[in-house]
Amino acid sequence: MKLSVDEERCCGAGACVLAAPEVFDQRDEDGVVTLLDSDPAEHRQNAVREAAAVCPTAAIRVTA
Amino acid sequence: MTGPVVRLPLPTEDPLAPPAAWETLRRQCPVARAALPSGDSAVYLTRYDHVRQLLADPRFVRPTERDDAARIAPEGAGGAAATGSGTVALPDRGEPHQRWRRQVGRYFTVKRMTALRPGMVRLTEDLVDAMVTAGAPADLRAALGFPLPVYVICDLLGIPADDRDRFSHWSDAFLSVTRYTGEEIRTAHGELVAYMSAHIDAKRARPAGDLLSTLIEESEADEEAGEDGEEPGREPGLSHDELVATGMGLLIAGHETTANMIGKMVAMLLDDRGRWERLVKDPSLVRTAVEESLRFDANLGFGLRRYLGEDVEIDGRLVPAGSTVVCSMPAANRDERAFAGADDTDLGRSPNPHLTFGVGPHSCLGQALARTELQVVLETLLGRLPTLRLAVPVEELRKTEGLLVGGLSEVPVAW
Repeated sequence: MKLSVDEERCCGAGACVLAAPEVFDQRDEDGVVTLLDSDPAEHRQNAVREAAAVCPTAAIRVTA
Repeated sequence: MTGPVVRLPLPTEDPLAPPAAWETLRRQCPVARAALPSGDSAVYLTRYDHVRQLLADPRFVRPTERDDAARIAPEGAGGAAATGSGTVALPDRGEPHQRWRRQVGRYFTVKRMTALRPGMVRLTEDLVDAMVTAGAPADLRAALGFPLPVYVICDLLGIPADDRDRFSHWSDAFLSVTRYTGEEIRTAHGELVAYMSAHIDAKRARPAGDLLSTLIEESEADEEAGEDGEEPGREPGLSHDELVATGMGLLIAGHETTANMIGKMVAMLLDDRGRWERLVKDPSLVRTAVEESLRFDANLGFGLRRYLGEDVEIDGRLVPAGSTVVCSMPAANRDERAFAGADDTDLGRSPNPHLTFGVGPHSCLGQALARTELQVVLETLLGRLPTLRLAVPVEELRKTEGLLVGGLSEVPVAW
């Protein structure tokens, strides 16, 4: 799994951090998403797919 | 657009049930004509994909008084949130909106909400203690649902929660569709603006480390730096009017929505005690159960309006520029096309991309705060009052009427 995020689209909702806290975080200065792990291990992939699905601005891209 | 005109708000048979019309509309008339309480007409969307597509489209934002949009409320009865009144001086679209959003949004990150959690737990425990001491039956809304979010948002803003009865009235007036007269709304609005303006002045004189104090300090630092001395890439601070509008917006947003949702969530989970007992046995389901309660809530309020500045095609139909669209998030949340078993609750549902907080660049700024409060309330009640039950039959619960946001006016419980 390869992951990328679009900082411009991000609205800082934090839904990704709640779903997959080991993979996503938010910058202190503006709440924009930061990616902690762009190649998450298999046991985290369900949580990552959930994070991508619930992102309100579809700012998370998951590729095989 | 063909088919009958639906009259909003739609009636329901049961205070927790969805309007019967949603199912028919989603199937037969997903782009419907609707008559609003004002008498104006709008386009009413009930399918998940359509609501999601329109709300996420940055070309279309909440209408303001400047737009020639359909009005929700009858002449004079609408609060600022219903009319899009120009006295709310926040950048509402594009780049300036995103800048404002990021300045304020950083106070609502998951990390900050997690840091607030222990305080929320203590507050919730205290409120439950007081409710238990007063004895059953109790109104969960008055005992817990309303005070908790008010204390939390007041603390964030650095406002004394002692004034909460006044805030509650101001907030209702702000969100009025048919509840208040124009005179009452103007008075309430004026009082709230004056209160917040004085509060900002007081914070300017004596900063205290809360959200508004910090935003004030940033805006003053920018003024001193002046345009020449501006650091490259640094965002300009907020004006006094923008600070007032930010404080008002957050105070109101932190008031009704979560307060209502706490009552509705508990009522929904107790409506079928099997749900409650499953959570008592397995509290690890709290996070997904909160999301499912948010999705399942049929009584969210009016829906979000969007004004179309240009033509758009929805479901293969042209919706012309100048139309006003009402997006029903709760109808979309019950769409079988998006959620398997949409009319059943699945406490472990994942993923659960419900639209209750909206989507797109305007989706709810305080959603991590709301989620944290709802999780804390549910965890605490499950632990402290596993025998909790509704003290009246569900049909006797009364819905809040006449406001943009929906809720239950009382949630009688026993244990």
